[in-house]
Amino acid sequence: MLTYPQFRPKTLDDLHYHQGLSIRLKSLAASADFPHMLFYGPSGAGKKTRISCTLRELFGSGVEKLKIDQRVFISPSKRKLEINIVQSNFHIEITPSEAGNYDRVVIQDLLKEIAQTQQVDLNAKHRFKVVVINEADSLSRDAQAALRRTMEKYTSNMRIILCANSTSRLIAPIKSRCLLMRVAAPNLEEMQIVLEHVAKKLKFDLPEEASQQIAEDSGGNMRKALLVFETLKMQSPDLSGPLTIAKPDWEMYCHKVADLIVQEQSPARVMEVRAKFYELISHCIPATIILKVKLSIWVPNKLTDNSQTVAERVVERVDEALKADVMHWATIYEGRMRLGSKKVFHLEAWTVKVMSLYKNFMYNFDMADFE
Amino acid sequence: MSFFQAKSTTTNVKHSVDPAHQPWVEKYRPKTMDDISAQEHTIAVLQKTLVSTNLPHMLFYGPPGTGKTSTILALARQLFGPDNFRNRVLELNASDERGIAIVKEKIKSFARQTPRAQAVASDGNVYPCPPYKIIILDEADSMTQDAQGALRRIMETYARITRFCLVCNYVTRIIEPLASRCSKFRFTPLDSTSTSSRLSHIAREENIDVSPEVISTLIETSGGDLRRSITYLQSASRLSSSTNPPVPITPQDIQEIAGVVPTAVVNDFARTLGVSVDEDMDMDDLPANGKLKGFHSVQKKVKEIMRQGYSASQILSQLHDTIVLHPTLPARQKALSALAFAEADKALCDGADEELWVLDVGLRIHKAITAP
Ligand SMILES: Nc1ncnc2c1ncn2[C@@H]1O[C@H](COP(=O)(O)OP(=O)(O)O)[C@@H](O)[C@H]1O
Ligand SMILES: [Mg+2]
Repeated sequence: MLTYPQFRPKTLDDLHYHQGLSIRLKSLAASADFPHMLFYGPSGAGKKTRISCTLRELFGSGVEKLKIDQRVFISPSKRKLEINIVQSNFHIEITPSEAGNYDRVVIQDLLKEIAQTQQVDLNAKHRFKVVVINEADSLSRDAQAALRRTMEKYTSNMRIILCANSTSRLIAPIKSRCLLMRVAAPNLEEMQIVLEHVAKKLKFDLPEEASQQIAEDSGGNMRKALLVFETLKMQSPDLSGPLTIAKPDWEMYCHKVADLIVQEQSPARVMEVRAKFYELISHCIPATIILKVKLSIWVPNKLTDNSQTVAERVVERVDEALKADVMHWATIYEGRMRLGSKKVFHLEAWTVKVMSLYKNFMYNFDMADFE
Repeated sequence: MSFFQAKSTTTNVKHSVDPAHQPWVEKYRPKTMDDISAQEHTIAVLQKTLVSTNLPHMLFYGPPGTGKTSTILALARQLFGPDNFRNRVLELNASDERGIAIVKEKIKSFARQTPRAQAVASDGNVYPCPPYKIIILDEADSMTQDAQGALRRIMETYARITRFCLVCNYVTRIIEPLASRCSKFRFTPLDSTSTSSRLSHIAREENIDVSPEVISTLIETSGGDLRRSITYLQSASRLSSSTNPPVPITPQDIQEIAGVVPTAVVNDFARTLGVSVDEDMDMDDLPANGKLKGFHSVQKKVKEIMRQGYSASQILSQLHDTIVLHPTLPARQKALSALAFAEADKALCDGADEELWVLDVGLRIHKAITAP
């Protein structure tokens, strides 16, 4: 990650927010009785940072000497899977979702291997090795089932740390074998403190308004906030004066597509919008993000705050209903998109649905005017 | 990788674990049937088999953490004693490869050796030691139909010298010909009195202070699954004893460990959706229910909750209870909400976006409640 790796906190004491969590982690790392753990929370909240600080607390700076290996696993159907593995003498880090449907093989083989080897470093503070599993919520059910037994059997030389955005997709037996650590997104003040801290290290005077605006704009995602800060600083070296946080190109592009939908509802427009979807998807922008960003732009845009006349009030009331409907269909199509194979179909279907809702609403409204 | 794997944790403790660091669920696994809490009926029937030593094939079913595995292990231990346990009891766990061949092989070689009778054990006690072996098939409901079919024949072939005990969560997933050969024993979620006394017992043994509030939070969050409540208790005690100086365990600790969303957060969400929650009733001036909040306040609240990192399925399940068990909400509104919850649950299992679904459910409930 290019966002100031040199300022990434290394120890639990360096961490700025969620002090309570850090204290707990510190004392757990000190006790002989370190449990399996599950860190969960929104992305950019600092789960990974917290995990690496915990590892450092457990084993000292040796965990920072990392090497990256490529390992080959053989699936039951004899397919070769190549997986990247980051490891130190004390821990190993994997992202099994890289193995797709064969994640169970990776989990079983790797964990068994680790569980059966003893810690070689006699000076190690703990007998066990830690296995960090990233994106644990995308593990298949089979892989989770395989994990379940391993977690019980090999507690003497292995501990597992799972990292996930949510616990919803983890099976209950796994959750009940872990100590759950919820890492909430930092709030505005907490983000500002981190930004100001980094600024200070850079010997840079970050105006209060700037840090506030960056924090507000990043929706609780610390990684994003730091990225924005870095970009802004490159653009205008002193960050004074009015600040415009440039949205990424693709986000601007999403805005345009949203506008297209609101401006005109016609088959020709659908074709136009579809071409733009293709463009976005071909640039590897995930379809869920496209949908969500578009929503966040144009659903709120419809808000008219100071309604004075009766007519305006009516609009606002009906408008409300429309907003909920637009959201509802976005939710439905997002779900279908995940199960289906052609993302663009569902984006398109949503577009048509929204156009039709919108047209209907305008039409009914016109009619009401006449009565 | 075999379909069944001999379970090493209970039958032979290879990895010598320091008892101080042993998971409490293992440390406090009942040793005899008398130690099993609740399940009185099942235990009463099984106690008789100790006297008659005439054991049928058995099928244990019921939700997790209710004592199924513990009961069969205790029964086997009481029948055979410590010396013979190893060569008389085979415990097999369902694994991922669904082949029956290996099971068959294992059972075959295990059942072949004829049991020796040896009544007085090294601990000086006399054990009934009946002339058969017990084969425990844990998690039997994850076996394929084919495997279960094959098992039926195996059961017949070795009927003279073996007794099978199938253990599962869902009895309906066991094929009829297999189920009908077994005496069925149902295990029910533990009632709060039994859970409470078991937890207090453990707390006493471990010398930890546990308040009645903590116990009742443990009961609430574990839904009759004793394994879960014991694990939660151990995690909480780890956390509280590792702080310096040690602090007492609070109900909030338990909720956090169990991943439960604090009641205040759920109530707050419900209120944003237009549902009046209990505490509102006590307030002097009733909440301005007429002043309902719109799309944006729902959206804002959802964002706020999601940023706290709570899991969508947990929020929805707690909100579900608040709404469905609500004392005054009209049935129609509850029904409309229930539809939304059901759809969301399915979608979340399919891996759909969590925030979108929580918002969608919120908006639908809001609509149901504010509809004229
Ligand atoms: N009825 C019970 N009485 C006493 N302890 C129980 C009971 N049920 C569960 N436990 C506790 O929970 C743990 C798991 O129980 P187990 O018998 O493995 O449950 P399952 O029904 O899932 O097989 C045991 O180690 C024990 O500590
Ligand atoms: Mg069991």
